[in-house]
Amino acid sequence: MKALCWYGTHDVRVETVPDPTILDPRDAIIDISLTAICGSDLHLYDGYIPTMEAGDILGHEFMGEVVEVGSEVQNLKKGDRVVVPFPISCGHCYYCGKEEYSLCDNSNPNAAIAETAYGYSPAGLYGYSHMLGGYAGGQAEYARVPYADVGPIKVPDGLTDEQVLFLSDIFPTGYQAALNCGIEGGDVIAVWGCGPVGLFCIESAFLLGAERVLAIDRFPERLAMARQAGAETLNYADESIFGALKELTAGRGPDACIDAVGLEAHGFGIIGAYDKAKQTLRLQTDRPTALREAIQACGKGGTVSLAGVYGGVVDKLNIGAAFGKGLTFKMGQTHVQKYLPKLMGHIEAGDVDTTFMITHRKALADAPEMYKTFRDKEDNCVKVVLQP
Amino acid sequence: MPPISGSERVNVGKNERIASAAGGAALVALGLKRFSPGGLALALAGGGLVARAVTGYCPINAATGRNTAGEQPDALDLTTAVTVQAPRDEVYAFWRRLENLPTFMEHLRQVRRLDGGRSRWTADVPGLSASLEWDAETVADEEGERLAWRSVPGSDVENAGEVRVRDAPGERGTEVEVRISYRPPAGDAGRALAGLLSPVFEQMVKEDVRRFKHVMEVGTVPTTEGQPSGRG
Repeated sequence: MKALCWYGTHDVRVETVPDPTILDPRDAIIDISLTAICGSDLHLYDGYIPTMEAGDILGHEFMGEVVEVGSEVQNLKKGDRVVVPFPISCGHCYYCGKEEYSLCDNSNPNAAIAETAYGYSPAGLYGYSHMLGGYAGGQAEYARVPYADVGPIKVPDGLTDEQVLFLSDIFPTGYQAALNCGIEGGDVIAVWGCGPVGLFCIESAFLLGAERVLAIDRFPERLAMARQAGAETLNYADESIFGALKELTAGRGPDACIDAVGLEAHGFGIIGAYDKAKQTLRLQTDRPTALREAIQACGKGGTVSLAGVYGGVVDKLNIGAAFGKGLTFKMGQTHVQKYLPKLMGHIEAGDVDTTFMITHRKALADAPEMYKTFRDKEDNCVKVVLQP
Repeated sequence: MPPISGSERVNVGKNERIASAAGGAALVALGLKRFSPGGLALALAGGGLVARAVTGYCPINAATGRNTAGEQPDALDLTTAVTVQAPRDEVYAFWRRLENLPTFMEHLRQVRRLDGGRSRWTADVPGLSASLEWDAETVADEEGERLAWRSVPGSDVENAGEVRVRDAPGERGTEVEVRISYRPPAGDAGRALAGLLSPVFEQMVKEDVRRFKHVMEVGTVPTTEGQPSGRG
């Protein structure tokens, strides 16, 4: 089959590789009908995630048709159309039992490596480094789906692939970030980053009862999409975000702040240059510009919710501000499986628009070019979907 | 914890065993870093040297009547614990059926039950053409509490093990404490050799215990072996 393989920083290629096969009785093989490039794939592309190996197949947002199931998969059969959650979860451990699927105890074959970095290992993920399992990803014609009796959700007839594809990651990710804000009536939520996850944060915050959402970015096409989703927008290239947020909330500050940017935030000025230099020299792994700003801007007793991916160490976080204002921090990979039935319901009911952020519909063969386009935000690129 | 039995089959002495262990471990590490037949060969050769150090027995020494062994060293001793999402009785029963151990102890090929509380253990060591075999006796079988065994005197691989189980708090299942003891029969250089082997030994036991959790909770060990990649 054809698959998008990672060979090094800024070196991804579509290669012919062997087809996946059933390796465990609970596996299924999916014939992928639609897949996407995630903003977090750019961290791999840019070489910021350790334990990648040349030849790894990328991609963790995918869906398709079941073509084969292992002997212990009872809930799926050949021909079923399914969306696959990006965390790989066994369904039987303590964490899966609590629906904390991205913390699964059993799905990471390389748990020892993750333990070295994080103390304890989270779930394995598709196409997201060997530390997180080394599983082959879904930017390919076919994928092997482990624990297929736990993960994939069947798609009702009448919904298109594009409508449901983002249930694999970015819709639940935006939803969990908004849920983590503990939204109550009257709450004003600020969202850093109007990429696809940020847009789903905005939509989800409204679904969960936010009064207003204030969204921050600098790219006009992304700010326009945020307004389309109902947010008031701020361009950080034009104004001081802290001042603007304080003013827009009449001095209270946002009740919760979502960082939908993550470890490659674009920083300005001296601190921006400082972060970039330290990251380049590997003195810090992540550039936390958005996070720093969120901590500073968040109102007293508020919540800072992280949707953007962080991989390692950051510095110059004002923990004193967080302490002084009594902030709550919530973060982590999304427990996708937990939210799927509810979010599928929202899509069926037409409560959310899950396709308006798609700017590029391409073939899998175009993936290497699209990684570059997406990374450089050329051609007004916001979200790329690929048809294998 | 039962004391470890002695062995009469040691014929490799201290300096040779240290050299074998160090050289072997280095070859294994080097070999495993390469995904190639050459790398595998290196790893296998390294494994052979490690086995020579581990058992203190060298077939070449035996054939030539050479014996460079000294006195008994201290044992390598490791305790690790894991929480398993399964009832305590089930966890204990699984472990008590020693035949189950090869499903999660990577280097163990087979455990067969013999009469009189004894069992015969067979292990494969990479690079060693013949498998290692020893008999063990169960020395404690306290239902739902504690199980202990040790190799019988004269074994190739002198070792002992103990498993304690107790209820974890709340709905967290069962806490399992595993203690494995192994004596490198390497004369008075034992402590130095133990120092060389202990990181490998520790990682091996911890990974075995992790696989035990996988087997108890899921039934299988997670794998990516055999999946496609662009590595050619």
